Amino acid sequence: MLAPAEGHGGFVAAFRAGLVGGGLPEGVTAVAEAEQRFAVYRNNVAHSLTEALARRFPAVSRLVGDAFFRAMARVFIAQHPPASPVLLDWGAEFPGFLKGFPPVAGLPYLPDVARIERARGLAYHAADAVAVSPAALAGATSPEALRLVLHPSVALVASAWPAASIWAANQPGADAAGMRAQGPELALILRDRALEVPVRALAPGDAALVAALLAGQALGPAALRGQLAEPGHDPAAVLGYLMAAGAIIEVGEAA
Amino acid sequence: MTHMSNTLTLAASLATALTLAAGSAQAAEMEKCYGVALAGQNDCAAGPGTTCAGSSTMDYQGNAWKLVPAGTCTTMETPKGMGSLEPIAM
Amino acid sequence: MINLPAAPGLGFKPEHFAAIRSTRPDLGFFEVHAENYMGAGGVPHAQLRELRADYALSLHGVGLSIGGAGRLDAEHLARLNRLCNAYEPESFSEHLAWSSHGGDYLNDLLPLPYTPETLGIVCDHIDEVQAVLGRRMLLENPSTYVLFAQSTLSETEFLAEVVRRTGCGLLLDVNNVFVSATNHRTDPRAYLADFPLAAVGELHLGGHAEEALPSGPLLIDAHGTPVADPVWTLYAEVLARTGPLPTLIEWDNDVPELPVLLTEAARAGALLDALEVRHARAG
Repeated sequence: MLAPAEGHGGFVAAFRAGLVGGGLPEGVTAVAEAEQRFAVYRNNVAHSLTEALARRFPAVSRLVGDAFFRAMARVFIAQHPPASPVLLDWGAEFPGFLKGFPPVAGLPYLPDVARIERARGLAYHAADAVAVSPAALAGATSPEALRLVLHPSVALVASAWPAASIWAANQPGADAAGMRAQGPELALILRDRALEVPVRALAPGDAALVAALLAGQALGPAALRGQLAEPGHDPAAVLGYLMAAGAIIEVGEAA
Repeated sequence: MTHMSNTLTLAASLATALTLAAGSAQAAEMEKCYGVALAGQNDCAAGPGTTCAGSSTMDYQGNAWKLVPAGTCTTMETPKGMGSLEPIAM
Repeated sequence: MINLPAAPGLGFKPEHFAAIRSTRPDLGFFEVHAENYMGAGGVPHAQLRELRADYALSLHGVGLSIGGAGRLDAEHLARLNRLCNAYEPESFSEHLAWSSHGGDYLNDLLPLPYTPETLGIVCDHIDEVQAVLGRRMLLENPSTYVLFAQSTLSETEFLAEVVRRTGCGLLLDVNNVFVSATNHRTDPRAYLADFPLAAVGELHLGGHAEEALPSGPLLIDAHGTPVADPVWTLYAEVLARTGPLPTLIEWDNDVPELPVLLTEAARAGALLDALEVRHARAG
């Protein structure tokens, strides 16, 4: 029996404690089987939050298997319950949790796959913004002074592992057993014109350029960043990808 | 190559890059679909069949954790250590 | 202002969007869970804008925790207000339940004892919601699995008093009535006889799951199956007393293809139509 409830606040606290602790809160009754009936709530809370987490991190779930993911989710939920009723915001702590969870220490890439899935979730729900027209790019007299503002969905996830390839190999229909990627990867996540959220592994020069644009640098310095990361780097391909995706939303002269 | 000529080369390559980028946007104009919709996270239904399943708490208590990952991580052919399931130090 | 059409509606599922867009089913309205549209942009809003252009919209909140202790989450209420302003739904509804405690969100509709104290709390919360949203809301009766020794009011007494004090309307979930009555071994018709039907602005129908306990069946509000026959019977009995009302088919788990939901909606539609005919003859 848990602590007696005083007023509604006490009731709610005792009920919550019962959801976690396994005891039956004072005052809970039923025509019969009160324990089992109360367990419906205990399980609804655990089940619904586990489902919400699995929907947000499907590749992580596929990597570790459904049973393992569900058990691990219970631990995560106990440590990091949602702080808001808006579940689409929940899960920021999951990659860090994975990093510190000993049973997945043998899968060092797992936190980075979770970071990619987190970034995809944020990109999926990011604010709408209209892409610039092609003319805005083509007519520039001093292109190195242009400041390209990227869509709010654009994010980079740097991994010491081939996290983008592992993510791709764990999509529905993909064959994870056939995965052959090696080495570190830089994943570009954005929401494209079709409102889909692709993940693209970038070469170091492309990634350095995008990172510089995200940091607010003008195109000239950003392109230099690309060349520093990758001698002879040509910015055309990655700029073409961003433009085709509708990820450039403003073009202005650097102040 | 001097700093000046380096900068000029960059400016020229940027102008070309922007022209190419503008062209790729034109090719990508107006795909009218709404992407792959993710299921909403919130709903008001109870989970199915829940009077007993998982009713005992499965808290992580170090050595008491008996599960091992058993998904695609066990079959991926990945660089050294990647797909492997090394013994877990607890 | 509550003016959903007195016709069948469906809970909108994103996986049905393409089928809805290409077939434009004849439905009175769509209902969405408000919290799923509280991101900034992207697919959810693009779909909801398009849906809203063609159908009446019911915004159904699941996270306000109206039955919780302490103050309502002002930030969440502000989000709801923005959503109402953006989409101008014909109806906004929430649950007689709580789902947050101490800043944590539990993602389930949890029950509360019915006492003068909780009545005051729920009424204060509804007053605040209606003041912030500038509209009358509907409050939904819950499915429950346990009872509370503290309760001094019946659920119908509680709801009737909430309506009297706050002026809110009610969302009568007929499946919830059947689920709770079965679970507590009471008579759903007695419950409906006491229910303040005049305040009802919308009806919900959904499927439940059944488990066998030693004392008899336990029903769970799982929304993963067709509406059960006894619930259809109760629904027809309610309609006979209320006249036609907006009626939602809820299906949230193991969601089938759209035609399966349309078949359920058509069954509700046939009962509503029969009523119209009877009313027309009487008139």
